[in-house]
Amino acid sequence: MAKTKVLERKPLTFAEKTFLPQIAGGLKTTFATMLQKKVTLQYPEERPNIPDNYRGVPTLVRDPNGREKCVSCQLCEFVCPPKAIRITPGEIDPEAEPDRAHVEKAPKEFDINMLRCIYCGLCQEVCPEEAIYLQDVFSLSGYSREEMINNKEKLYELGGTLPDSHYKWDKKKAAEVAGNSH
Amino acid sequence: MELLNTSLPYLLPIVYAVAMISVFMGLCAYSVLAERKVSGWIQGRVGPNRTRLPLLGHIPILGNLMTGLGLFQPAADGLKFLFKEEITPGHVRKSYYYLAPIVALAPALTTMVVVPFGRYVDADGVMQPLVLANVDLGMLIVLAISSLGVYGIVLAGWASNSKYPFLGGIRASAQMISFELSMGLALLPVFMWAAAPGSEYGMSLFGVVQSQQSAWLGLWQPLSALIFLVALFAETNRLPFDMAESETDLVGGFHTEYGAFKFGLFFVAEYAHIIIGSAVFVLLFAGGWNFLPWLADPWGDGLIGALLSVGWFMAKVFFMIFFFIWMRWTLPRFRYDQVMSLGWKILLPVAVGNLVLNTFIIAIYDTLTR
Repeated sequence: MAKTKVLERKPLTFAEKTFLPQIAGGLKTTFATMLQKKVTLQYPEERPNIPDNYRGVPTLVRDPNGREKCVSCQLCEFVCPPKAIRITPGEIDPEAEPDRAHVEKAPKEFDINMLRCIYCGLCQEVCPEEAIYLQDVFSLSGYSREEMINNKEKLYELGGTLPDSHYKWDKKKAAEVAGNSH
Repeated sequence: MELLNTSLPYLLPIVYAVAMISVFMGLCAYSVLAERKVSGWIQGRVGPNRTRLPLLGHIPILGNLMTGLGLFQPAADGLKFLFKEEITPGHVRKSYYYLAPIVALAPALTTMVVVPFGRYVDADGVMQPLVLANVDLGMLIVLAISSLGVYGIVLAGWASNSKYPFLGGIRASAQMISFELSMGLALLPVFMWAAAPGSEYGMSLFGVVQSQQSAWLGLWQPLSALIFLVALFAETNRLPFDMAESETDLVGGFHTEYGAFKFGLFFVAEYAHIIIGSAVFVLLFAGGWNFLPWLADPWGDGLIGALLSVGWFMAKVFFMIFFFIWMRWTLPRFRYDQVMSLGWKILLPVAVGNLVLNTFIIAIYDTLTR
């Protein structure tokens, strides 16, 4: 049992009753604050420091070879709580892209409705291909509802290339060529 | 030419008055800026720093500096009030509703007439005040007219015909009555010392300043100065005594129903009262344009000297305005009953005691030196 500490409350002295020393102390505090460095960020010119793992606007990324990573498995579409993502899956044309023919699928359309998105990051978490990322864009605006729907081009433009070192599909292709694919 | 000569005595006062009102309104506008800037600084912000006028703001270095200091902001603020939609709620008492902002601003502009702001030496080598009207009863006029300012607030509260403005108006009137008493009583010792029988100045503010050439009254009448200062904060409705518009419990207080330029007038009136109040405090207790205590008047006789005295006086007034703002962010707002008990139970008895004490001191002093 902790020992109870009884605070002694002395009656106020005359100086304290007039409040004047306290007011002087307060004035000193506010004046000192006035001389301190300002905390204001001059927003449009100065941008805040975005921490790593910030959950900004969801984007699609490309792998270091510049190929799209998304295989349109639609897991993100299913997991998305506000149903902001809409994917139209499509096949990869083996003639047009012979080095990606073994990937088989890619999204034909990939729309994220930013009026619905709640920036929860579940799409990023669920993506088996690490193709969708919530990056550091925190401010977006548009003049119409249509403008607020990010289509595939916009998503790749925002996303850029992810410098990952997995090369999953290259390894898979190498394995297939070597004859030990699963 | 002859017409000009005959009309000059009538024309000149009008020119002076217009010039002074322009300067004074400019000061009000820049007090608003000062309020916004100093508030920002005290809160660790920078305050308004974006408004830029087309030509002036684009002078290479100076333009950026002026923009950063927000020097163009008052123009934007004023124009905003001017161009907003004038809304008159349906439930107000129309004529009084329109009258109230004018009644609030007019007294401050009127008291300005008797407030001296500098001195010059005339052709006969006699020191004269720079003032629109150098009347012997200067202080009395200031007291009488400046307390009319509260009528604007009461009128606004009543004419708005709505409960929060009404409460604000009631509070303002009660506060005015309680603090006006202590204010007047705190001033009496000042004039008992400054305008002793036989002195040529009477209750003129110029006389008070002239009597402070050695020691400032604030130094040897600190109690009077303190009571006057507290009452001044209450009279100008500034924090910690802004009962009339305490936005936490009265929405916007007396000006809840006002918008656009009518609100702007109230806003300007508040700062006009602050400036006049600061000027009167400086004149009465801080030596007016006297340089430092016991170092009265290093300013020369000529035009430069007059300008320097005005400059030094304005510097003191600006410090007082800063002090008003500084105090605003230091003390929290008092509760209404605390304000009343401070006024009636503390300031009034102390002011009476101070008056009696000074009467005795003067009586003893006169008996001894006779």
